[in-house]
Amino acid sequence: MCLAIPGRLIETYEEHGLLMGRVDYSGTVNEACLAYTSDARVGQYLLVHAGFAMNVLDEEEAARSLETWGELVRLAAAEGTDIFGIPLDLDLPNPELPDPERGSSLP
Amino acid sequence: MKYLDEYRDPAVARALIAEIHRTATRPWVVMEICGGQTHSIIRNGIDRLLEPHVELVHGPGCPVCVTPLEMLDKAVAIASRPGVIFTSFGDMLRVPGSEKDLFMVKSEGGDVRVVYSPLDAVKIARENPDRPVVFFAVGFETTAPNNAMAVWQAQAAGLSNFSVLVSHVLVPPAMTALLSSSRNRVQGYLAAGHVCTIMGWEEYEPIVRDFRVPIVVTGFEPIDILEGVLMAVRQLEEGRFEVENQYSRAVQREGNRAARALVEEVFEITDRKWRGIGAIPASGLVLRPEYAAHDANLLFDTGRILVNEPAECIAGLVLQGLKKPLECPAFGKMCTPMTPLGATMVSSEGACAAYHAYHRYADVRA
Repeated sequence: MCLAIPGRLIETYEEHGLLMGRVDYSGTVNEACLAYTSDARVGQYLLVHAGFAMNVLDEEEAARSLETWGELVRLAAAEGTDIFGIPLDLDLPNPELPDPERGSSLP
Repeated sequence: MKYLDEYRDPAVARALIAEIHRTATRPWVVMEICGGQTHSIIRNGIDRLLEPHVELVHGPGCPVCVTPLEMLDKAVAIASRPGVIFTSFGDMLRVPGSEKDLFMVKSEGGDVRVVYSPLDAVKIARENPDRPVVFFAVGFETTAPNNAMAVWQAQAAGLSNFSVLVSHVLVPPAMTALLSSSRNRVQGYLAAGHVCTIMGWEEYEPIVRDFRVPIVVTGFEPIDILEGVLMAVRQLEEGRFEVENQYSRAVQREGNRAARALVEEVFEITDRKWRGIGAIPASGLVLRPEYAAHDANLLFDTGRILVNEPAECIAGLVLQGLKKPLECPAFGKMCTPMTPLGATMVSSEGACAAYHAYHRYADVRA
């Protein structure tokens, strides 16, 4: 029930005294109430739950996480293979993970 | 899609899994609170990838699942009244009451409507001034601000035909109740990210201190969950018990102040019964007396409701993390998403539904 989806704010307007916005989720546009994110600006990404924006996503924090993970992958790649014996490199195109219990490919 | 794809990168996932395996020197039991996280874990097979270093147990974080049967029966009774327009989020409609669910009420001619936002229910009330419009206000702290806004707006607009049937629950009291149980196995928590987007994490600070468990505020994508597990395992290995925030792109310590303020304005804290778990002190929300004119619980007298829980169902134990869905003899046989016995199979976020959706039932039949 607590599902929330990130979307980009493309327009703001007012309805029945509430600040509202149109939010673009990769092509699907829907309205959201912005009463709790009144400082949101057009172009920013919002986290939307059940018709309400809960928060403006923090670009800087997101970038910091990606940087940390990039470093983790580089370190792992330097060791050659991961715990499943799969070569680790940065440009691996979505490889299938083997099931560690059965040693076969996941469905 | 931005803010989703980068949290599903297999190379990062494999590096995080390797780091968790390296860090854990003994098996640890970590509970994810939110049903959305459970779903992501089972869908991506994260629980299996972490064995035997970390056992993930699934928490009570599905408001649909923990809504008491009495409340469902009350919703069915109100929705069955002639003239009433009963509105609800879609996931409540298939939850079986003692005798029927809301979909059956609709099929029998009841005016039951699914809304995406509680403001849509207010809109229906505005368009139908002669009919009582009731909204089933279910959810955790994540949803409480939305439902509070619907009530506040209806009050401000003088919509006397709009009311809410409130069955709101609060997460931290349930986490405390689970830790206080003599049967508790949980050594660390992944706190529900979106609950914390609203509430922040101040409420968890006394819990980590009193129970000496790490709590990591965690998001919902596979990378989020793996990083949350790694942070919890690092704390456990180092003997630290702190609140940490994995979901920093969406959560600040104080949460969303504006949302919290309106929840405080409209609701007050009450004791609440959780389906499958029992009564937990100060674990729910009810409307404040100032908003009593919009309280469906007071407006509709449904008489005494006697409930009837299916005896075979172990949903209560699943919700407490004491049993896994596959330990239930009815799982995948008597109990399927089409014929659910308990709420953990009905709600798409319930642990049993997640196991069923991702073919874990094959293990039982084999």
